[in-house]
Amino acid sequence: MLKKRIIPCLDVKDGRVVKGTNFVNLRDAGDPVAIAEIYDQQKADEIVFLDITASYEKRGIILDIVRKTSEKVFMPLTVGGGIKSVEDIRALLNAGADKTSMNTSVVQNPKLIQQGAQRFGNQCIVVAVDAKWQDDHFEVYIHGGRTPTGKDAIEWVKEAESLGAGEILLTSMDGDGTKDGYDLPLTDAVSKAVNIPVIASGGAGKLQDFYDVFAETKADAALAASVFHYKEFSVGDVKQFLSEKGIMVRL
Amino acid sequence: MIAVIDYGIGNLHSVQKALERVGADVCVTHDVETIRAADKIVLPGVGAMQPAMEKLSRLNLIPVLDQAVQDQRPFLGICLGYQLLFEYSDEGGQVKGLGFLQGRVEKFSSQSGLKIPHMGWNRIVIEQEACPIFQDITDGADVYFCHSYFVNPTQQDIRATKTDYGIDFASSVAKDHLFGVQFHPEKSQVVGLKILNNFNNM
Repeated sequence: MLKKRIIPCLDVKDGRVVKGTNFVNLRDAGDPVAIAEIYDQQKADEIVFLDITASYEKRGIILDIVRKTSEKVFMPLTVGGGIKSVEDIRALLNAGADKTSMNTSVVQNPKLIQQGAQRFGNQCIVVAVDAKWQDDHFEVYIHGGRTPTGKDAIEWVKEAESLGAGEILLTSMDGDGTKDGYDLPLTDAVSKAVNIPVIASGGAGKLQDFYDVFAETKADAALAASVFHYKEFSVGDVKQFLSEKGIMVRL
Repeated sequence: MIAVIDYGIGNLHSVQKALERVGADVCVTHDVETIRAADKIVLPGVGAMQPAMEKLSRLNLIPVLDQAVQDQRPFLGICLGYQLLFEYSDEGGQVKGLGFLQGRVEKFSSQSGLKIPHMGWNRIVIEQEACPIFQDITDGADVYFCHSYFVNPTQQDIRATKTDYGIDFASSVAKDHLFGVQFHPEKSQVVGLKILNNFNNM
């Protein structure tokens, strides 16, 4: 049986991890490669790098980090942030990324999903959706959550799937940073609307939150950042907890 | 030397680095002479079958791969490289593969309610105890999969492992010195590196 996945996410800016300075044993706590190795030892199922580098000139740095990480860590690696073209996708895949995650660029240009999927296969095209409850629907936001789009999240994920997306990375803006748990109604609605894997993100604060999202929705994976970076618990702790409660994970 | 076939499809960097990690002498190449001289062949690949076949054909690699199989040199197909070993794929109508092994590549049924692609970690149940690439691999070990199509070999006895995803499909095959794995050993942490190490030590 396919296992539920636990995925740590690293925010990387100008080649440095911006959260996660709590790894006391690391000589360089901001080194994404070293942190990826720690998550590898904890048996993370995948790793996501979210590149939040603002300057276009410095965007080559992430390629170097992906290259170095894929020399040390033999697990699936997804990279998101600032990907605008088929060429950007190609450069990341060649550097050693397995999947590329896109948000603003594919809302503005949905054809990029199709072009990427045709050229490299659906499996490496992840559509990241930032959604927030608004009146009577979940609204899609872009530009790192600053700009509402008028798009309904459920309609958008269906469209993304039909264009060739291989996976949805779903972040609840209502949940993000609250540590109050994953957004179960949003995750439930999205994971029922599509037939591709859905990664739940935003809101993980305690072990029970991971159980709830798998027990109450059809999510395939759960992503978290701060709880792992600040070592509130490890990826291994989450998996042990889930396994004891009957959720199938890779131990 | 292991020749990792570079035909412009997918992430060769990870395959190369994983093989190097287990001590292999690796050359990523599409040069016919280099491939002819290689002791072992790895055919990687992700994406769709038709463009892959077109690229192999355009680079004139099909005869030299065929020769490697005839010579009984150890040959490992990974993911799309595994599917390419078979005769036909249902992907995009009907596409012809390399045909080194009998069988066809079929799409998972979405009616089963299962998500497609089959993406993530799933277990392999070993069916060929003596298979050299699965020596010292725990029966039921989890490995990383990422695919929408699966191989249905004509001769079921070439199945080296099976995996349950709605159906029990052939997650790997082994016949003489020819091996194919649907999962990504280069992305399957310790278990995957062990499989690559076994292949390198053949």
